[in-house]
This record gives sequence, structure tokens and C-alpha cells, in this order.
Amino acid sequence: MDIEYNDAERAFRDEVRGFLAENLPATIAEKVNNYRRLSRDETVHWHRVLGEKGWLAMHWPTEYGGPGWSPIQKHIFEEESAAAGAPRLLPFGINMVAPVIIKFGSQAQKDYYLPRMLTMDDWWAQGYSEPGAGSDLASLKMRAERQGDHYIVNGQKTWTTLGQHANMIFCLVRTDPQAAKKQEGISFLLIDMNSPGVTVRPLITLDGEHEVNEVFFDNVEVPVENRVGEENKGWTYAKYLLTFERTGIAGVGISKAALAHLKTIAHEYRIRGQRLIEQPAFADRLAEIEIELMAVEMTNLRVVAAAEAGGVPGAESSFLKIMGTEVRQKISDLYREAVGPYALPFIDEDDAPVGPDFAGVAAPTYFNLRKLSIFGGSNEIQKNIISKAILGL
Amino acid sequence: MDFSYSDEQRMLKDMVDRLVAEQYDFDTREAARASSAGYSTQMWQQFAELGLLGVPLSEDAGGFDGGGAELMVVAEGFGRALVVEPYLASVVLCGHLIDALADGVHKAELAESIISGEMRYALACHEPDGGYDPHWIATTARADGDGYVLDGSKAVVAHGDSADRLIVIARSSGEPGDRDGLSAFLVDASAQGVARRGYPTIDGHRAADITLANVRVGGDALLGEARQAGAALDAALERGVIYLCAEATGAMDRACELTLEYLKQRKQFGVPIGSFQALQHRMVDMRIALEKVRALTFWAACSLESAPDERRQRIAAAKVMVGRAGRQVAEEAIQLFGGMGMMEESAIAHYAKRIVMIDHWLGDHRWHMAAFRRALVDGDNALANAA
Ligand SMILES: Cc1cc2nc3c(=O)[nH]c(=O)nc-3n(C[C@H](O)[C@H](O)[C@H](O)COP(=O)(O)OP(=O)(O)OC[C@H]3O[C@@H](n4cnc5c(N)ncnc54)[C@H](O)[C@@H]3O)c2cc1C
Ligand SMILES: Cc1cc2nc3c(=O)[nH]c(=O)nc-3n(C[C@H](O)[C@H](O)[C@H](O)COP(=O)(O)OP(=O)(O)OC[C@H]3O[C@@H](n4cnc5c(N)ncnc54)[C@H](O)[C@@H]3O)c2cc1C
Repeated sequence: MDIEYNDAERAFRDEVRGFLAENLPATIAEKVNNYRRLSRDETVHWHRVLGEKGWLAMHWPTEYGGPGWSPIQKHIFEEESAAAGAPRLLPFGINMVAPVIIKFGSQAQKDYYLPRMLTMDDWWAQGYSEPGAGSDLASLKMRAERQGDHYIVNGQKTWTTLGQHANMIFCLVRTDPQAAKKQEGISFLLIDMNSPGVTVRPLITLDGEHEVNEVFFDNVEVPVENRVGEENKGWTYAKYLLTFERTGIAGVGISKAALAHLKTIAHEYRIRGQRLIEQPAFADRLAEIEIELMAVEMTNLRVVAAAEAGGVPGAESSFLKIMGTEVRQKISDLYREAVGPYALPFIDEDDAPVGPDFAGVAAPTYFNLRKLSIFGGSNEIQKNIISKAILGL
Repeated sequence: MDFSYSDEQRMLKDMVDRLVAEQYDFDTREAARASSAGYSTQMWQQFAELGLLGVPLSEDAGGFDGGGAELMVVAEGFGRALVVEPYLASVVLCGHLIDALADGVHKAELAESIISGEMRYALACHEPDGGYDPHWIATTARADGDGYVLDGSKAVVAHGDSADRLIVIARSSGEPGDRDGLSAFLVDASAQGVARRGYPTIDGHRAADITLANVRVGGDALLGEARQAGAALDAALERGVIYLCAEATGAMDRACELTLEYLKQRKQFGVPIGSFQALQHRMVDMRIALEKVRALTFWAACSLESAPDERRQRIAAAKVMVGRAGRQVAEEAIQLFGGMGMMEESAIAHYAKRIVMIDHWLGDHRWHMAAFRRALVDGDNALANAA
């Protein structure tokens, strides 16, 4: 047993570090490190930089433009990126719909969409959830009726992350309402959001952000060639995509960066002349969280190493999702506590800060990150999966 | 022992509950919050007409002479409706300081201006470097002829932006952290040298950072004796903490109700999500958390007349529980509402925000835990010394 990186892995890590140091704009890193939102252009810029380098599509086979990294290399890349303050990559295109297109899509779909993802010519959104279909995804209602070589699509998606920037959305739609089981009769469509009849309406989350949207479809014409795979077999593809949604959801790199940031504050911020870290109760809590994060990190590495040896992560990713999101939420909780009364002011990002300049984001971030245990399959749903798939209950 | 309300307390409770039930629905609250003051001045006048602004003030100040129980009744009702008017700042904190420190005609006048709703007050106490420590006062008061000159800065003053008058805590002697040497001054919010930056807080209220640069006030601005305001300040803050704990109780109670309704109504997998045992137990845990907060709030509110050590410890205990159990209830409520719980348009999100953020007003759970622990250690020392 050896839990240290080998020479080749260390060399790879240095290469990634060097690349990040040279190519990651300081303005972007500074925003990411301070929990500030990136503009659409900044996000696109970073994706293009990685795309050109050939490092964007980490999980793709090399024949489509993937870098051919081992699971450990992927892990190193994610961790170094987070540590350097690189933006988190938008998952919906490259990490979610791309694997589905690669595995089940037509040649034409592969030829058209995959290169455009590497250049960020398309911004993808995920159209799964509906007002009545959240955890129970298969009960979705959005309809697609075949008319010649088109589908006529009607219905609504909701909580669509960054849909305001997107020009493409992949949707689960009901093509056979008569099917015996609700999982049958669902199809997987790629929809151009600029099509007539598509309306995007902002939803504001409790931290005041515009991050999610409602998307309405009113007699939208979608060419049949935009269907991935077979009609009424969409549920199989949807589930395949979800396993990709959950990889990387542990966010160990992000948590480590967030914890490092919090520790810096704890060492520098003085209240009543005393550094925060000198308050035993605060330091204890920080220590507890760090220990927990170490456990998540090592669990993550065990899964990564198993994958390296050829294993396929299955229900284990549910463990990681729960552990990883809980620890991230705890870090943001302590961050909120760290800034004391300055957690209260709710200031526009463009206005001058009130109190220390790291304080303004603390409470909104804490509230925003409540989403981690809700989306991507809520943590309760993950527990159901573990109890069924692993424990056999 | 008697846990029931007196007739008068029951009448007060009925009045407050009816007022918020009939006139303070969520949309009304949101509209008030969006206004320039951050609350409804009309509603404030109505509070005045109903006598609510005099509840905790003494009879000789023209008030209702309410104690902890009355404070609790009002705050709990306000918490259920997420009331955003500046009751804590103007009535509870400043009202008590005026009651405790001013005298004679002056006191009657000042109290009347609060009770009638004519003037709104804010307590400018906490400072940027002091965190939750109300004695960490670096703001200075220098005698100057008949009057005083004030210099310093104040952080996150609740409703400091809309207040007509400020009660400024300044230091006449001693070092930041000392309770001795503090004086309380009545300062017109528009006085020369007072600069205010107002802003919303994430829990739907408003606050201000305030700087005092060479602010001249007359001799009559001093409330009570010079250097002797510490005890009255502590007493005002204790009442403030009780108010916040009771407000949290009301808000948690309503958050539990809303969540329970949602569990019964929201269907996934063809059944109400409340039929999942994993969620049933979570809901039960939320109710247990609420009961703990309610119990300690009750205890704290009924301890206003107890011996100082006992009183401090009980009030600290209640605030610790509010910080911890409150966070649990708020987080669970959001979680059980799923995506809906994250939405600004849903009431539950605002309950969650207020409940969590009450921890950041007047000392968080860690701050009050330290106070509780100190009392524990001192108590042990007393025992050891006695033995
Ligand atoms: C910020 C944010 C971004 C999102 N982005 C997207 C996106 O881009 N695209 C998209 O399609 N969707 C997105 N979602 C939607 C997300 O996937 C859903 O919110 C999630 O699936 C939960 O569904 P729901 O909100 O309807 O909650 P519900 O399914 O109504 O669940 C409510 C509560 O009940 C629990 N529960 C439900 N069923 C069970 C059960 N069987 N056992 C135990 N507990 C249960 C849940 O865990 C939750 O706590 C996003 C959500 C949020 C909050
Ligand atoms: C010290 C002691 C003293 C006792 N004294 C008495 C006595 O005086 N009189 C008497 O009649 N009995 C007595 N009991 C028995 C006690 O009431 C039972 O042990 C108890 O009801 C649990 O039943 P069980 O041991 O069969 O466990 P089970 O019912 O088999 O439960 C095993 C576990 O599953 C959980 N569980 C069971 N059903 C559910 C469910 N629907 N949902 C979620 N979790 C569930 C339980 O909480 C427990 O963790 C005593 C037990 C102990 C340990």
C-alpha cells in the first residue's frame, strides 16, 4: 500500500501547476477565490483556454478530444485547478450530455456537437426537473409529439442552472404517455433555445442571485435528428448521464480551497485584538471540519484508485456526494460564523463592502450552498440508493 | 409553578396574534421591506395606537410595565409573521436605556416620543473591531464646555439608517473591553458630524454603519451618570436577547408549520413526501428543536428578576440554543422543501434566513456559550472557595 503520489504523478502535478500559473488570469482567480460570480465571457474564456490545450474534456476518449488521463491524473487536475482559483467547469455540456452523445448519439450528433463543446460555441443547460418532477424525475410531463420529421414540444422545465446564458438544452420529454411504466415513454432531446416558442424566466434564489430559471416550451419544433438514441428509451440515457453528474460532485478540491481561505481569515482577522484562530471554540470547530474533510479526501482517493485499477464507481459515488456536500456546507457555515455581525449586511457586489471585504459573501454563500444537498439527486435520494444498492435493504 | 398567562398577558397575546394574522401576511411584509425605510411606517403607527410600543416601558415612563413574559408574547407573535418594524431597536433596547437612565420630565418626554411612535431610536453600541462584545467601545466622549464631543465608529446598527435619534455608547474612561467608563448619549441622527451608511441585512431588516466625527452634543444629551451606563446597557441587551429568542421561537414555530404542510401536500413517487419515514423523523427532530428553544426562552424570559448570575446564564443558554437548534430547523426546512426552499419567492426561505441570522444579532451561540462557560467556571470556583 502506498498513499503517496509516484514520480510520474508528481511530474504531472507540476505540469498542471505550471500551466495554471501561466494561463489562469489573475482577475478570474481572484474572483473565484473570493466567491464572486464570473461573467459569461470570463467563463467562456477559461473553457476555451483549456479546450485549446486539450484539457477541457477530461472524461472523453482521446478519439473525440479527451486528454487520455488516468483517474488519478483527473483527480490531480481538479485539485490543482481548485487550489489555483480556476473556475469550476460547467458540467452540463462536456461532463453530462457529451458522454451520452458519445455512447448513444448518432455520428452526425458527435460530429457537430462535440467539437463545439471544446470551443464553447454552445452553452448547454440541463432540462430535467419540472415543477412536479424533482426527485421523482420519471414523473415528468413535458410532451413531445411526433409530426413528420419534427417533434412539437410543449411543457415546462424548472431550476435550470444558468439557462439565461445557454443556447442549447438537453431535455427529457414524454413521447408515449400511454406507456405501462412512467420510465418507459420518455425520450432525450437536444433543443436549440433560440427556437421560436422557448421562453426563459429568471428565478431568484434566497441569496439574491439569478442562477436558475424556468424554461417554457410552447409548440417548439424540434427536428427528429435532435433526439439522442431511440424514441421512448430516454430513461436509460438519463440514468447513464446521472452517474456522470455525481462524479466530481464530492468537490474535494473546492472544499480544500475553501478551507484554506477560511484558515487564512482565521489567522489574520482580529476581533477585540485577538485572532479568530486563538479562540479555542472556533479553532476546535475548524479542526473538526478539517478532519472530516481529510476523511472525504481519502475516501475520494480510494474510489479514484479503484477506478484506476479498472473498477467502476457505482453506488460509491453516492457516499461521496453526501460526504462531500456536507463538508462543503459546514465550511461555509463556519465562514458565516467567522465574520460575526458582518454576516448581516446584504450588499450588492458592485457596491463598496461593509466591514472587512471578505465578509460580504459569507452569508449569501452559506445560503446558496444549501443547494448542494438538494440537487444532483438530493442527499436523501442518495441514502435511498445506498440502502438499496449497497446494503440490500 | 404556573406556566399559563395572566389575563392581561392573554389579552396582549390575542391582540398581537390577531394583528399579525389579519394584517401581516407574507406579501405585506415583503412590500414593507421593499419600501425606503425598510418597513411600514403606517404599521408602526398602528403598533403605537394599539399601545404595543409601550409594552416593556415602565409605568412612570408612561409604559405598560411589561416584563419578560410580555416581551416574549410580543416577540413570538412578531416572529411568526417575520415583522420587520424596528421594535427591538427602538422599543426594547433604546426604550430600556431611557427608562433606566433618564429621569424626571426628560424621561417622560423621551419615553413618550417612543411610545407614540413619533420618534424612532437606534442603539449605536457595537463597534467594527469588537465583534459581539458590547463593552469593546473605542468611541470617545470628551467633555467640552457644558457638553461633549463624540468620536468613533459603530458597526451594523440595527435600523440605524431610519432612526431619528441614536443612543450612542461612548467611553469616558478606561479601555475597550472595560464595562466601567461607558456613557450613553442621546444624539440626533442628523447632527453635524454623524455619517450613516444604511443597507439591507440578509434577513430582511436594515442596519447602518455609523461614524461620529467631532459630534458636539449638549450636557443634557448624557443619559444618566457619566461612566455609569454599563449596567443599564447590559440589562437592555439582556432584554434584547430575550426578544430575539422569542422572535426565533415564533419564526421556528411557523417554519415547522409550513414545512409540515408541505410534507403533506408535496407529492413525489405518487405519494406525499411526508409518508417517507426518513422525512417524518426529520420533521419530528425539527419539532424537538423548537420545543427546546421554546423551553429555554420561557425560562430566560421568566428570569428577568432572578439573581444576576442565574439570569445571565439562563439568557445565554437560550441564545446558545437558538443559534444551534435554530440553524437546524432552518436548514432542515430548506432541505425538506427541496428546490422550492431555495427560492426567494417562497416564504420558507425568509423564515430560514431570519432564524439563522438571529444568531448574528447581539451575540452568537459561541459568544453566549463562552458567557455560560464563564458562569460555570466561576460557580465552581465559588463552590471550591466555600469548601
Ligand atoms: C440551485 C439548484 C439548481 C438546480 N439546477 C438544475 C438544473 O440545472 N437542471 C435540472 O434539471 N434540475 C436542476 N435542479 C433541480 C434539482 O435537481 C431538484 O431540486 C432535485 O431533484 C429535488 O427535487 P425537488 O426540488 O422537486 O424536491 P422534492 O423531490 O420535492 O423533494 C423534497 C424533499 O423530499 C425529499 N425526498 C423526496 N423523495 C424522497 C424519498 N423517496 N425518500 C426520502 N426523501 C425524499 C427530498 O430529498 C427533499 O428533501 C436544481 C435545483 C437547485 C436547488
Ligand atoms: C433496558 C430495557 C428495558 C426494557 N424494559 C421494558 C419493559 O419494562 N416493558 C416492555 O414491555 N419492554 C421493555 N423493553 C423492551 C423494549 O420496549 C424493546 O426493546 C423496544 O420496544 C424495541 O424493540 P426490539 O428490541 O424488539 O427492537 P426492534 O423493534 O427489532 O428494533 C430494532 C431497531 O429498529 C428500529 N425500528 C424498529 N421499527 C422501526 C420503524 N418502524 N421505524 C424506524 N426504526 C424502527 C428500532 O428503533 C431499533 O433501533 C426494554 C428494553 C430495554 C433495552
